[in-house]
Amino acid sequence: MATANISIGRPGLVDERNHFGFEMRTIEMVWHREIIRFVRTRTRILSSFVQPILFLFVLGYGMTTLVGTTGGFDFKKFVFPGIVSMTVVTTAIFSAISIVWDREFGFLREMLVAPVSRGALVLGKALGGSTIATVQGTIMLVLAPLIGVHLTVMLVVEVILLEALMAFALTTFGVFVASRIQKMEGFQVVMQLVLFPMIFLSGALFPLEGLPSWLAFITRINPLTYAVDPLRHVVFAAQNMPPAAAARFATGVTIFGYLLPLWGEIVIVVAFALIFLVLAISGFGKPD
Amino acid sequence: MNSSSDDQGPANPIGKEPVEPAQDQESEASVSADTKVPAIEVNSLSKKYGEIEAVKEVTFQVSQGEVFAFLGPNGAGKSTTIRMLCTLTKPTGGSATVDGFDVQRQPTAVRRRIGLVFQEPTLDQQLTAEENLRFHAVLYRVPRQQVDERIDRVLKLVDLEARRKDLVSTFSGGMARRLEIARGMLHTPAVLFLDEPTIGLDPQTRALMWEDVLRLRTEEGVTIFLTTHYMDEAEYADRIAIIDHGSIVALDTPDELKKMVGSDTVELSTSDNKLAASNLEQLGYKVKLGEESLVVYVENGEQQVTAIIEGSQVPIRNVRVHRPDLDDVFLHFTGREIREGHAERAFPMHFRSFRR
Ligand SMILES: Nc1ncnc2c1ncn2[C@@H]1O[C@H](COP(=O)(O)OP(=O)(O)OP(=O)(O)O)[C@@H](O)[C@H]1O
Ligand SMILES: [Mg+2]
Repeated sequence: MATANISIGRPGLVDERNHFGFEMRTIEMVWHREIIRFVRTRTRILSSFVQPILFLFVLGYGMTTLVGTTGGFDFKKFVFPGIVSMTVVTTAIFSAISIVWDREFGFLREMLVAPVSRGALVLGKALGGSTIATVQGTIMLVLAPLIGVHLTVMLVVEVILLEALMAFALTTFGVFVASRIQKMEGFQVVMQLVLFPMIFLSGALFPLEGLPSWLAFITRINPLTYAVDPLRHVVFAAQNMPPAAAARFATGVTIFGYLLPLWGEIVIVVAFALIFLVLAISGFGKPD
Repeated sequence: MNSSSDDQGPANPIGKEPVEPAQDQESEASVSADTKVPAIEVNSLSKKYGEIEAVKEVTFQVSQGEVFAFLGPNGAGKSTTIRMLCTLTKPTGGSATVDGFDVQRQPTAVRRRIGLVFQEPTLDQQLTAEENLRFHAVLYRVPRQQVDERIDRVLKLVDLEARRKDLVSTFSGGMARRLEIARGMLHTPAVLFLDEPTIGLDPQTRALMWEDVLRLRTEEGVTIFLTTHYMDEAEYADRIAIIDHGSIVALDTPDELKKMVGSDTVELSTSDNKLAASNLEQLGYKVKLGEESLVVYVENGEQQVTAIIEGSQVPIRNVRVHRPDLDDVFLHFTGREIREGHAERAFPMHFRSFRR
């Protein structure tokens, strides 16, 4: 195995090669730490459910009257995939906050002085945050029967995969922001300014059609739009929607009158994830 | 596999007598280490932060297995030097190697060979002691099959085995500090850098920590580079570099440094220190004028004290005879006392450990 031919730390005996196995071990360890820390902070787990559930019921009841015709489809069902997305997105982004904590408590230095690649550290962080966010989002699915959303095994699998992709994209974005920020307050501010507009203008909480064109434009350049829509698409596909409702709450994003296919949306999210992964790695640990 | 029986013994410091272990035990590693590269070799190393010259053309060598102390007041450039040696800060001049590897050209190789305990705490409070160590073991590529063994060993070294499953947040400051030192040792570095390792420790824990450090040196043959501003602590080192305003003003074994100062000192406070000093100087005494007193350097203080009092020719308020310690050494080389201008001794020590 990869570790057999080296001795620890002794001069001249250290393995200088960049073993893939070592990098994987680092990624796994950083990931593991995120999970341990998450499990130990139970209040965080609970509090991250409060907001989405609140939104689900407030919007579910409140918006029904505003949205007007729903084609016989409970608005709560419409908003449900959006609420799941919202859970994933907030958890993902805020998981990156651990980097700011690590900086304040000094642990970041322990990681940065180590002879490991920044890529492994960032990837471990991002995978840790994504795992947590995906789990949180999936736990939200227990509410589905309550509001009459029909679940199948296939649907759950699809939802988990889409959640994971969304979570990864947003954690890398969070890591990118967090690694450039020195203070806790800074992160909070940036996130309030970026995260909430992103969620509101992603179609997660209300249908996107009928918006003024400048707002419609913003929703189209909002990467979250392309992450939320596939999730809603697969959820709706598993429901028995009356044709009127399907027409009222059509999924899919149109750009210049062209309906983007599902895989196109996914490609956009993947690209977003990769871009911010690269940016996060190159910016990680620079300021000190 | 990696204990003291291999050839990591200290070579003789260049141009110096073999160092005696500052403590009791005979270093079994101190035999034969002829062709060893120096553990640390520094040539005219400098660091400027804008106008501030934090480190000015510092040159020194540390042999394998040596315990080397940087002694200096706040802002002397101790941490900056460590950061450069650990590849965390780029020098603005000069060069340095650690275990034969250039800190600028081979930073990764250097990082694999060093252990570092920062001046500021860097543990994850939300993990247990053992989890912190496991994390470190992975970062430093300790082979899987050796991880448990190493963790047991370093925890034993710092006497924290009983607390291994406890969260670090439940540790006292001293325990956390010892855990950091254990962590620095975990991957058996060739050189262990300790930046003010005893900050925030009570005297008893400080003594324990020094036992740990010296045991590491004898048992693992590790070279230790540490900084401190405690004089008594520097005594443990094989050699001391006194650093002030970014420059090394003296470098030798504690005994040699004390010899340079003179074997004994007589400290006088008089009604006119300046006059007393010049009178004594005329009589051929070696005198240093301090702020509130003057210090006379003599071979045998107790016998000479009456002659000195008479020779000063001014009314005496207070006389103190003592064998030189490193405070005197510092005063001798810098013209100041190390405690001047900073609060280390005026405030409880733990105040500093919470500093960010
Ligand atoms: N990142 C930095 N930017 C600007 N100046 C710095 C920086 N780091 C250190 N300095 C300056 O360099 C000088 C030496 O600092 P250094 O931290 O090396 O001192 P030190 O000997 O470790 O002191 P202490 O005992 O307080 O830890 C100080 O004047 C300090 O202000
Ligand atoms: Mg310092």
